[in-house]
Amino acid sequence: MVERTMESLRDAYGKALVELGTRDPTLVVLDADLSGSTRRALFGQKFPDRFFNVGVMEPTMMTMAAGLALSHRTVFASTFAIFAAGQSYNMVRQSICYNQANVKIVATHGGLLVGGDGGTHQMLEDIALMRGLPNMTVIVPADGPTTRSATFAVTELEGPAYIRLTRENLPTVSDGTFVLGRASELRSGGDLTIVAVGALVARALDVAEELHRVGVEARVLDFASVKPFDQKALLRAARETGAILTMEEHSVLTGVGSLVAAATSENYPVPVRRLGVPDVFGESGDPWTLMDRFGLSKERALEEAWDLLKMRGKVQ
Amino acid sequence: MAASVSSSKLTELSERALEVRRDVVRMTYTAKGGHPGGSLSVTDLLVALIFEELSLDPSQPNWPDRDRLVLSKGHAAPALYSALAHRGFLPVEELLTLRKVGSRLQGHVDRQKLPGIEASTGCLGQGIGMAVGMALDNRLAHRTSRVYAIIGDGECQAGPTWEALMAGGHYRLDNLLVILDRNGYETDGSTEAIMGIDPIAEKFRAFRYETIEIDGHDFRQILDAFARARENRGRPTAIVAKTIKGKGVSFMEHQHAWHGKAPNREEAQKALTELGATL
Repeated sequence: MVERTMESLRDAYGKALVELGTRDPTLVVLDADLSGSTRRALFGQKFPDRFFNVGVMEPTMMTMAAGLALSHRTVFASTFAIFAAGQSYNMVRQSICYNQANVKIVATHGGLLVGGDGGTHQMLEDIALMRGLPNMTVIVPADGPTTRSATFAVTELEGPAYIRLTRENLPTVSDGTFVLGRASELRSGGDLTIVAVGALVARALDVAEELHRVGVEARVLDFASVKPFDQKALLRAARETGAILTMEEHSVLTGVGSLVAAATSENYPVPVRRLGVPDVFGESGDPWTLMDRFGLSKERALEEAWDLLKMRGKVQ
Repeated sequence: MAASVSSSKLTELSERALEVRRDVVRMTYTAKGGHPGGSLSVTDLLVALIFEELSLDPSQPNWPDRDRLVLSKGHAAPALYSALAHRGFLPVEELLTLRKVGSRLQGHVDRQKLPGIEASTGCLGQGIGMAVGMALDNRLAHRTSRVYAIIGDGECQAGPTWEALMAGGHYRLDNLLVILDRNGYETDGSTEAIMGIDPIAEKFRAFRYETIEIDGHDFRQILDAFARARENRGRPTAIVAKTIKGKGVSFMEHQHAWHGKAPNREEAQKALTELGATL
């Protein structure tokens, strides 16, 4: 496998915040007793007046963030994904989205890679919840550079955004080019497309590399911009490669895979296989072992890819 | 610390309140829906705010130095719409479009539709948090304007109400005034029978609020309390305003059944007769 630099997405976010706070004196940051884990402490040290650690009251962190944003500030609010999208759902819905408040929610600790804390804290439904909200933008970066550019990108738009980060350091897979509403083609290929988000983008590239060894060229699309979604790139991939495998660290029922299945079946039906966490809660364990255990292993992805290729008559 | 309130001012406010109550009846009757009980209980508080206490300019609803009102009990929308209309924020004739398709007057207040609405609310327990955010902004921006939040008493059963109150106390937001419309009833019945919130004033005090208990239908007491709140330093103020659900319409008073039910034609006529008007 290709050797890649590992980087903490949370660090990339924390550093970007400090730069943004220097540039925009109205920017404020809220946190809910996790500023160390979520890396807002950096901002807090530099701009103590514009940093509010509200303690364990995530729902009210969201309503306060809305109030600050309705006063024409750019507001970042961060906590774990389970609290941001789960505990605070209706506050995000009404106070932030219904109000079209300029709040950027950066949720760390999304998905299984939370590891030891177990199923209570492994948020596997947030992409669905956040994507379903009108006015919301949803981004799931795959690496440090994309996290950085996405953090900057959301300040360019007036309105709510949700960025989902993961706890584990992730390999750098891109140069950080990020355009809202545009998928990044990280690898070209005409036999099959792999659509992936977050931590599974690197794994998708590994799968593509394995396929390449046996003469199959898989295109890899990083759909970090989940909403708005690059339907054009998706349909082009459907037309040009004829089969799509999706990979995500999220419930398979309601994540990016179901979005891909819906968009293709309505516009250009091709076989789609969705790799995601089955309809169960997570559990404690070593983060990457959990990924394998819950069906997101490279081997499993290869099997699904092979099935798709067979369906299309591309392999025996 | 009594504010000097002239008797002509009191008369003017009472007349305004009467207008608003008539509108609440007409609006909910026409809409065949809405929340007359809690609109009528909060009417005098709203009238005192909109016509006397708040620095507002209907010609510049987004004037940065305005005072800001968050109606956390967003279901009292009819009363707020009426007060704003009589203050010049929207045409009075528009009031009867309440809850109709395409209307700016949504069932619960929507800031994106109507100038003068500071925050969209409806689902309870969220308004104080937004008001805390606005008050923090005023402090950061060194603005002297103030933020007012009106909550209902059923809403005091919601956990996030207390989270947000805790935050206001913690940040010592003396530019924040929380007003409780203590009419004693929620949808299903009396608050104390369903999930008691008393002793409510003591709870506010424990959350570090200067707490003032008043008759929420007595304009002199209301304005005195507002004046005291403005003088208060180093912590936020809470006003527990004892009110009557359905105030001004005899058959609606103290009746929880009128929390979320509109009057029919006969009931509306009867109510308006009591309020010295007709449909």
